[in-house]
Amino acid sequence: MVRKIEFSGRREQGSQRMNQRHHEADEPHSLVLRLGADEPLVLESGASLAPVQIAYQTYGTLNAERTNAILICHALTGDQHVANVHPVTGKAGWWISMVGPGKPIDTDRFFVICSNVIGGCMGSSGPASTNPETGEAFATGFPVLTISDMVRAQARLIDHLGIETLLAVVGGSMGGMQVLAWASLFPTRVFAAMPIASAAKHSAQNIAFHEVGRQAVMADPEWRRGRYQQEGARPVKGLAVARMAAHITYLSEPALQRKFGRKLQDREAPTFSFDADFQVESYLRHQGISFVERFDANSYLYLTRAMDYFDLAADNGGSLGAAFRNTRTRFCLVSFTSDWLFPTTDSRQIVHALNAAGASVSFVEIESDKGHDAFLLEEPNLFATTRGFLNAAATARGIPGGAT
Amino acid sequence: MSLETLRSDYRLVSEMVRPGTRVLDVGCGDGELLAFLARHKQVDARGIEISREGVAACVAKGLAVIQGDADTDLADYPDDCFDYVILSQTIQATRNPKIVLEQMLRIGRNAIVSFPNFGHWRIRTHLMFNGRMPVTENLPDSWFDTPNIHFCTIRDFVALAEALQARIVRADALDAAGKPVGVKMPWWFWNLMGEQGIFWLARQRDSQ
Repeated sequence: MVRKIEFSGRREQGSQRMNQRHHEADEPHSLVLRLGADEPLVLESGASLAPVQIAYQTYGTLNAERTNAILICHALTGDQHVANVHPVTGKAGWWISMVGPGKPIDTDRFFVICSNVIGGCMGSSGPASTNPETGEAFATGFPVLTISDMVRAQARLIDHLGIETLLAVVGGSMGGMQVLAWASLFPTRVFAAMPIASAAKHSAQNIAFHEVGRQAVMADPEWRRGRYQQEGARPVKGLAVARMAAHITYLSEPALQRKFGRKLQDREAPTFSFDADFQVESYLRHQGISFVERFDANSYLYLTRAMDYFDLAADNGGSLGAAFRNTRTRFCLVSFTSDWLFPTTDSRQIVHALNAAGASVSFVEIESDKGHDAFLLEEPNLFATTRGFLNAAATARGIPGGAT
Repeated sequence: MSLETLRSDYRLVSEMVRPGTRVLDVGCGDGELLAFLARHKQVDARGIEISREGVAACVAKGLAVIQGDADTDLADYPDDCFDYVILSQTIQATRNPKIVLEQMLRIGRNAIVSFPNFGHWRIRTHLMFNGRMPVTENLPDSWFDTPNIHFCTIRDFVALAEALQARIVRADALDAAGKPVGVKMPWWFWNLMGEQGIFWLARQRDSQ
């Protein structure tokens, strides 16, 4: 059995971010669990993946009883760097407002784990990883993944950390899908589950948006049928367009209106050209450009595909209730009023199924005009609900401390 | 929270609930009654609450509460999934009280309903002498901005229960001080003296 944990705190200065990202894929600035050829991960497609590596970060301290562990599942373009400076962008962690000492997910009280999903590009095995058989990146030779595959890989990590039952699994969007898959696949290992702004299946509209993104990537001549890394090309334009289109779906018309309206960018009048006259255009271009520095184009294809395939009811003979039969996990779902990508009806469908299964379920719809992205932003009502739910779960599990 | 400090109508409701049962509180507010039942009656406590603040307060108490609306969301529950469905001081604020009560008796074997009695003598005299919609300490809203759109009297409620072929297992009336109006009194007396009514209903077909 080959299990090694490595941690490198170094950060290479001066190297280009793109190159650094390629480096992150194999040698991340994270803790890494490496599973050897004798421990293959059998995927839903039937393919088998070995060796596998899982990059992860932890915060806080695991208690002696090993009962205070919370797993955070990241969204499509997130990663394991929840609450620390990002090694590629140098920016703060993506959920720094939620996770930390005294924060709603309180690292003074809980042991918080987040791993990069397999298929990702921040150190867990994915298309950007080097295929040991060829010495080149897997690219599109990497097997197609599902949300359940991601969760089964995470379960290996939780095994490795010696944790039988997680106090909670928490995540938004694609992270919420993983939370639901965790609760369905490993009900006894999840004491509490908190899927935020999520759904039990990806809708036709959402698959459609993902297809636009993938086609944009693949239409870029620099994509080179996925072999851009080997051929020294950079498919940045296609991925940037994919990100721009997707970013619109994460917002809402009122939020765009409030932030940009029809305001012009650094000019008094339209230029009668195709320059970025409007602020909203400039903003989207910036979003696209900064995304390609930190994300791998092939990873984007694989992860969007995994979300498209997600349909928890279909996996359980067409009944979503059956996915949670006899569950003892306590659930808390949250949706946002202006989220049209994962609307409240999606969460209510899950609540309905959990009720039918007799599960313990809470549900809150939070008033916000910030669209799907609200789960990542300063939303005091989300913080209050998360804090209340996790503290109640901790109390129910007999974990000391934490006045509410 | 002990039994002594619990609101008097809640105290009566809690007397009606058998320990260790499954309970749904519709319009559970901040979860005071549910938390009491969970703690002292070891019930499997569930709630529906329309306000986000209420749900958040319940979640922080460790209760399983769904943000929702009694008028629309009871239909989502399967038949017979609760032993008791409780509706405290809420029926007068529903759009369709008859359907709500029907749904309660479908998803639960027992329904417990408490409501302000519009037949109370104070309200009658207010209407008689002032000629205007009563505004009292317990019902402080003016007619045009009140959430209470379907007031009824104790006798009205008895008639609705009969129309739904529900069996009245137990009924109580509380006076303005929250004290029970004497037992074994005829409906007309309760209807006059009770400031609120508390009814425990069961399905007729379950009774014999």
